[in-house]
Amino acid sequence: MRLAVAALALLGWLAGCGQRSSVGQAAAELGRFQRELQEKLLDAKPGEIIEIPAGRHVLDRSLSLRVSGVTIRGAGMNATVLSFKAQRVGAEGLLVNASDFTLENLAIEDTGGDAVKINEGERITLRGLRIEWTGGPSTRNGAYGLYPVRTRNVLIEDCLVIGASDAGIYVGQSEDIVVRRNQARQNVAGIEIENSRRADVYENDVTLNTGGILVFNMPNLPQRGEGTRVFRNRIYANNTANFGARGTPVASVPAGSGVVINSNDSVEIFDNELRDNATAHIIISSYFSTGYMTNEGVAKDFDPYPEAIHVHGNRFSGGGDSPDGLDLKTLKLAMFGLGGRFPAVLWDGYRDPKRLQGGKLPPDLALCVRDAGPVLNADGPGKYRNPSLTSEGFDCTLAALRAVELER
Amino acid sequence: MSGRSLQGPQSLQGPRALARLTALSSVLALAAFLAGCAPQEAQPVFHAERNPATLAEWRLLQIRAGVLGPTDGVIPYELNTPLFSDYAHKLRTVWLPAGTRAGYGADGALQLPVGSILSKTFYYPRRDAGNAAGASQGALRATAEAIGVLAGGRLVLDQVQLIETRLLVQRAQGWQAVSYVWDDSQRTARLQRVGEIIPLELAGIGKFDYVVPDINQCAACHATDVKRATLAPIGLNFRHLDREHDYGGEVGQKNQLAHLEQLGLLDVAARAESASSGGSRAALWGDESASLEARARAYLDINCGHCHNRQGPADTSGLALDAAETAPIALGVCKSPVAAGRGTGNKKFDLVPGRPDESIMVYRLAAHDPGEMMPELGRSLVHREGLELIRRWIAEWPGAPGCAQEASNSARQSASSARLSRSQG
Repeated sequence: MRLAVAALALLGWLAGCGQRSSVGQAAAELGRFQRELQEKLLDAKPGEIIEIPAGRHVLDRSLSLRVSGVTIRGAGMNATVLSFKAQRVGAEGLLVNASDFTLENLAIEDTGGDAVKINEGERITLRGLRIEWTGGPSTRNGAYGLYPVRTRNVLIEDCLVIGASDAGIYVGQSEDIVVRRNQARQNVAGIEIENSRRADVYENDVTLNTGGILVFNMPNLPQRGEGTRVFRNRIYANNTANFGARGTPVASVPAGSGVVINSNDSVEIFDNELRDNATAHIIISSYFSTGYMTNEGVAKDFDPYPEAIHVHGNRFSGGGDSPDGLDLKTLKLAMFGLGGRFPAVLWDGYRDPKRLQGGKLPPDLALCVRDAGPVLNADGPGKYRNPSLTSEGFDCTLAALRAVELER
Repeated sequence: MSGRSLQGPQSLQGPRALARLTALSSVLALAAFLAGCAPQEAQPVFHAERNPATLAEWRLLQIRAGVLGPTDGVIPYELNTPLFSDYAHKLRTVWLPAGTRAGYGADGALQLPVGSILSKTFYYPRRDAGNAAGASQGALRATAEAIGVLAGGRLVLDQVQLIETRLLVQRAQGWQAVSYVWDDSQRTARLQRVGEIIPLELAGIGKFDYVVPDINQCAACHATDVKRATLAPIGLNFRHLDREHDYGGEVGQKNQLAHLEQLGLLDVAARAESASSGGSRAALWGDESASLEARARAYLDINCGHCHNRQGPADTSGLALDAAETAPIALGVCKSPVAAGRGTGNKKFDLVPGRPDESIMVYRLAAHDPGEMMPELGRSLVHREGLELIRRWIAEWPGAPGCAQEASNSARQSASSARLSRSQG
């Protein structure tokens, strides 16, 4: 009897306690989670696995890791959520300056800047992550979802990235890269490979972005990119209005672009399904067409011309019927009429005059476009006065690029 | 206020009790005692492995008669142009183990031996300086005036609010960073590894989050070479140190390098070499007698150059703002941003000569948002005076490069036009 009374009293006390302090307790809990996670990151040893339990964890500061050989693992991309909606400090959610790093099976939401940035490192694995800005497309969203830069040997797989105001998955100035089986939605650029060497981008599902997959080279950087393969991807209905801040490279991308190559070399695009991208399925362009070319601001040794581009064996349907921007709309109307559509491949018409031999690029630098119908040459060098639809010179083949081997 | 060191009650009583002894025998006993063990004048302690729980255990600073100052052998210093940290003032000190001295690295950076400790105490002048009782953290001042500072790097505690003391410790495995946060009573500073957000208020500016970095975030600035990823001091460099400092006492006003040399703490011969290898003295950013160019570059160097240099974490941007940089493109002239995200502020170029309002650099220095602002860490407030300096530097740029026209054209275009293929011809 006495025991029962005591138990009842205890129950009453517990209930009262719970009611009294639920809010404060929640805040304290969250503060404690952040502190403990930061401590784990500070004290991490090589080989360590930091497990983050299921639950919605609120953080107000960016996290950083500087120890190599660490794995951070959640309980699933919908189970373990790190929410940075209340972020007050730090330019990214997680900043990593380390090698042999794995981040997997969790979600990072609503970071003020980039969600995950890895600056310098080798053997980077990002797997099964959900990166999301939960309010949908907005210029206020952070720039990059997954952002390895100056890294070597990078694997990004089975991730879902939504809402980045620049690129959902952005691999910059890196080497030996595999980006596969990811979903990229409602970003300005779904997936972007920039100034990187040897990248394989395949089996991704890329839709509702402004531009699906971008392969770019920017000037004034220590590393120039080349050697990207884009294959077996589904790239469809990337027609979201461009919500990138002006001045960013992706702000120059017209909504409705499937794949955009800019100033990059040795790019092979094959076996993709391209559907309903309203400007064009594939755009091949030079730095002149970005609007960022200046005499003073671009290093003299920068090569703005895309070369050795190989487009073959893709499946196209729909698209090209509602290009973005007044100029492209006018061009479409003039050439194809109100109900017409652009062809699958658009080219801005720039070629390096120093490379031309008898008016053509040498075979190993050629722009080869097969299985795509005629190409629309927008005649950029002629100030867009004489755009033309042509197959001439495009019916060629380049040696297949080698698969990226991460050896792991 | 009575003499008080940071060691706590035991050591408080030592000096004062002993000072009262007058008998000869007692003096003799005292001498024997001093020679034996007790540190009479606190000496710094190098903790080779662990960071102790309180700042006091390093014995770098002590409080006597309401004044915080360096302990014996700990040398205060200041920089020609300092990093902006939300208008905080900083008391900097350097200590080298007995019998050692510093040399110069190739870039003019002082090379310190293992066992060396740097400290930087962040504090604000109180609005009600002079009235210690009950001065709250909500009544601090943003002023360049040296309020509450005595010669020799000493702070009058009832005139200032101490916030944190950061240390850089040269251990066998390299430089390591740690921060100690002061309590409200200004008696104890405790180890804070994971950082902290401290709400403060500055008169005339308002409330803001003062951010104590976590230990990893220290590297955001101090790992100036992203590949090596090791930490290094930033201010302890020929170009920042070459200036006068008021040491008080017999030394008085003296050049900081000369003082370190005279104390035997700095290699005299190496100095001339360092000076000749491009280590020219940095301007004081607020010194109207210096050229605008020199002041702006000194400001960018100390505020941005630790990341924005050709080996730094921001080498990914192609923008280099350290003192050694000379290429206009690397300084941002007519250069497109690479990964600025919405930090572009809808502007096309990092720096448009003659057009501060069209320059991303100005936009990001004026931004508050963590996703847009520069520097990314270390400030919550905009440095209005520093921003004005950079604005003037850009506004008064000689010549007018072509991107000035380009930038203003694009400013007039709507966001939906000006797109790839043919709209920008």
